[in-house]
Amino acid sequence: MTPARNSLRQPRLSDATHAMFWGLATASLLILGILTGSRGLRDFDPALVSYAGAAVLSGFGIGYRYAMWLRRPPTRLYWYRGWQIFLAPQKLLSNLAHLARIAWNTIVLQRFIERRSHLRWTAHWFLAWGCILAAAVTFPLSFGWIRFETARTNQEIYRAFMFGIPLGSFHLGTPFAEMTFDILDIAAVMVLIGVFFALWRRGHDHGAWSVQQFSDDMLPLILLFAISTTGLFLTVSTHLMQGIYYGFLSQLHAVTVIFTLLYLPFGKFFHIFQRPAQIGVNFYKQAGASGPQARCHRCGQEFASRMHIDDLKSVQAALGIRYQLSNGLHYQDICAACRRKNLALTQDGLWKSYDNRLRGN
Amino acid sequence: MIRREFFIDYSRCIGCRACVQACAECDTHRGNSMIHLETIERRDTLQTAPQICMHCDDPVCARVCPADAIKKTPDGVVQSSLKPRCIACSNCVVSCPFGVPKYMAEFEQMMKCDMCYDRSSIGKKPMCATVCPSGALTYTTMEEVQRTRPGIPVNSWKFGGEEVTTKVHVMVPRETTRVEIDLIQIQPTPQALPADPYDVALMLEMAQ
Repeated sequence: MTPARNSLRQPRLSDATHAMFWGLATASLLILGILTGSRGLRDFDPALVSYAGAAVLSGFGIGYRYAMWLRRPPTRLYWYRGWQIFLAPQKLLSNLAHLARIAWNTIVLQRFIERRSHLRWTAHWFLAWGCILAAAVTFPLSFGWIRFETARTNQEIYRAFMFGIPLGSFHLGTPFAEMTFDILDIAAVMVLIGVFFALWRRGHDHGAWSVQQFSDDMLPLILLFAISTTGLFLTVSTHLMQGIYYGFLSQLHAVTVIFTLLYLPFGKFFHIFQRPAQIGVNFYKQAGASGPQARCHRCGQEFASRMHIDDLKSVQAALGIRYQLSNGLHYQDICAACRRKNLALTQDGLWKSYDNRLRGN
Repeated sequence: MIRREFFIDYSRCIGCRACVQACAECDTHRGNSMIHLETIERRDTLQTAPQICMHCDDPVCARVCPADAIKKTPDGVVQSSLKPRCIACSNCVVSCPFGVPKYMAEFEQMMKCDMCYDRSSIGKKPMCATVCPSGALTYTTMEEVQRTRPGIPVNSWKFGGEEVTTKVHVMVPRETTRVEIDLIQIQPTPQALPADPYDVALMLEMAQ
């Protein structure tokens, strides 16, 4: 394994300039994607321009914050190490298989949340998959990547296109058509179920009460609730109220969606983009476990992988944490249990020296 | 509200484990005890030592966290890692100068003593200080501890070249202004000692 110092060398650009570059690059890539995916805006729906614009702005914010996040020495190190270990040619195939396993357990099933609490898992699973389902439909629609049109020969047949390529057709009134047209309602109901469980948990968990914050814990739920209910109101207006207030409701829905898109990079939702780093850490741990282990200088027990301890020393040096002891040892080579014992022994030593001084020794 | 602070006096610990049991009853980490209780030199002494989070002013755990998941409340209490952010790397567990954070493999999250924030944030004592019978863990006012204890509380530490100040105090002899970990020589424990069949502390550890 090559030294991690390469990934921790002093950056040449200032953090803000660097992040600005990646923010602009992300937004530009998205604009390019919209232009090419909608075939030069031919498939682009002008009614959805506000959504697309907010998505581009959000892309800038996400790129900016992600780049800023990667500037932190520990983050940069894991980013570098994670890719280095994952892309190692001799292990790429087994790594891909392992990636599929981790993705299934952590992203699809979210088992680690289930082990924390069933209620938390239920809330998160419905919220996550409701949002993923909605995003999978609305982003391609807003960007003009998918579109629907009626067949020229039969008004009862709907045709679907992706990037201008025909995907297939279906008859109106079939279960498939119903599900396609109602998919955002299904997503909204899933999100509302998740919001209900999340609020129920927060309303009954005394521990959560003491640490929750409005901006981080309640605002995201309020936003998701607002998007889902205003979205469902559109369906209600169309099917049950002869379209009454549809214009106002669609504008209200757009406001909630745009606000949420702009909130994405700055609030709790940013964990959607941070969380995959856990997969890199999983590979890092696996590689560390199969390599040499670090032994505590005091008790001689293995307590972490050698790679982890060496990397941490580099990170600490980059952060200005000075753990070198005067006797030539490094405090990072002491395990956590020995550190705790050492604190008590240090206090003993202080009292002993004090007693000796009092006795005049 | 009366301003109470946390004080540790390792030398008062009698190893009753009441703190360990009570800790698990706190609502912010219900079912999981976050306190450490160490047996110091099993063969030679019965001495035990409790360790809670010292709540550093500039926490090393937060500085080395790649996910920016460890946050401090405005009143200086360092919280467990944020559940949505923690990526389970264990940097904090291995880096903390006091050896405090615990990696909960089952949840893939770092958890740690948060001074029973559901209690201490509304003026109640943390669970461990509530049940500690010997005063090794005390949550009281600075005046009270200065009036009733022989030593003085300090919250300034030095680990090699790293200076750390903490919200939690430790009781030390008068005239001491800072605890320097370089003060004692850390020596490797002899590995070749014969197994002691009457090592009760070891039996207890193995039984856990």
